[in-house]
Amino acid sequence: MRIVSTDRVRQTVRDLYKQACVVINPELKAAFAKAAKEEPSPQGREILTMLVGNSELAQRENLPMCQDTGIAVVFLELGEDVRFDKPGLLEAVNQGVREAWKEQYLRASLVKDPLRRGNTGDNTPAMVHLDLVPGDKLKIVVGAKGTGAENMSKTKIMSPSAGVEGAKQFLLETVKAAGPNACPPLVLGMGIGGNFEEVTLLAKKALYRPLGSPNKDPYYADLEKDWLAAVNRLGVGPQGLGGGTTALALHIEAKPCHIGALPVAVNIDCHAHRHKEAVL
Amino acid sequence: MSDVVELRPPLKDADVVGLTIGDRVVLQGPLYGARDAAHKKMVDLLDQGKPLPVELRGQILYYVGPTPAPPGRPIGAAGPTTSLRMDAYAPRMYEYGVKATVGKGNRNQAVIDSLVKNKAVYLVAVGGLGATLAQCIKSAKVIAYPELGTEALWEFKVENFPAIVANDSRGRDVFKEGQEAWAKKLAVA
Repeated sequence: MRIVSTDRVRQTVRDLYKQACVVINPELKAAFAKAAKEEPSPQGREILTMLVGNSELAQRENLPMCQDTGIAVVFLELGEDVRFDKPGLLEAVNQGVREAWKEQYLRASLVKDPLRRGNTGDNTPAMVHLDLVPGDKLKIVVGAKGTGAENMSKTKIMSPSAGVEGAKQFLLETVKAAGPNACPPLVLGMGIGGNFEEVTLLAKKALYRPLGSPNKDPYYADLEKDWLAAVNRLGVGPQGLGGGTTALALHIEAKPCHIGALPVAVNIDCHAHRHKEAVL
Repeated sequence: MSDVVELRPPLKDADVVGLTIGDRVVLQGPLYGARDAAHKKMVDLLDQGKPLPVELRGQILYYVGPTPAPPGRPIGAAGPTTSLRMDAYAPRMYEYGVKATVGKGNRNQAVIDSLVKNKAVYLVAVGGLGATLAQCIKSAKVIAYPELGTEALWEFKVENFPAIVANDSRGRDVFKEGQEAWAKKLAVA
């Protein structure tokens, strides 16, 4: 058994978000630079180069890369041998978000009620997902999820007869419909299997894998490669103005499902693709 | 690619009818920021025949909800938000006399028809360039609806704010034409 202090959780969440909204992940910046060389459209190349410049400016000036600093999505992978020094794990996460948003001048982007609206003022509550895993560590993954891309994400429970081609067509239709609105070049997280609630969570977890890392199962790794190429033949391009760089990566996560269902979900992330992680 | 056109409001029909999709423009001077909640309030006022909090005829509306200004800066990050959420309000604003809107992403057919009818344009700024576009904003103040936080009605003064004509006053759509052309090129490649 190992004791972790909830105060350390608060500080970690705070520091990860302050970084995530301002400092681009190096592998993402490298992906922009690579795409800027390979993109066939001159306007597309120009936009990709602007994204590199914007990330450098944000870091230098200590400004958020994008004004939609997002909804806070927090994955906690909690080792079964971890105990906390005091109660209040969820509040520690929310307090970390609150402090990051205040100290880094991030945008309060949540309303108290979906129909009656009214800003909560501090970007809480975070969307927290807890997984129990073996071990005595706590892994914290934070995502700052803008709504332009979230709004264009989709889920569907298909019939098993739709098969692999049906799943691919759902991905392509979703990206095509998202068009310019999700701020391409995109990062795509796709969940296949599970059930109604699990498939969307799979898609979001897939998003936050290291950029471009293949699925451990070679079958899905091949699908990721083929389907990403198909996405990039759609012509959507940077900012949807046309071109060959519609998505930078496609990550698929799959799990068992009911004999009568083929659940699919595509969670789209914009090019800002902000996420950081730490292990306590 | 055409030369860059300067747009300095207040604009007249003649300032925008010559613009074509894909044209590069730079905005100079006043720019009014509003997104979902401020649009709802303004359209409610127009429907009741009441004046808006500020005269917007001939002006440019920027779909934006900036991050708070850190000390010593006029504004935080301030890139465009997704325009389709304002499609419900845009035809009413163009009919009233707004000459251009700036956002990211495409518009529905009702907005495109409204641009033709009212001789106006829809411009896009590059989505996600929040830090970069903030450098073009020289001053910022909330002029109405402060209770909405970032969703208030803002008045900015901008210099050399870059944008691209996405829908012109002749009904053309830069996204539709651009994506169709590239899908064809990539299919034969």
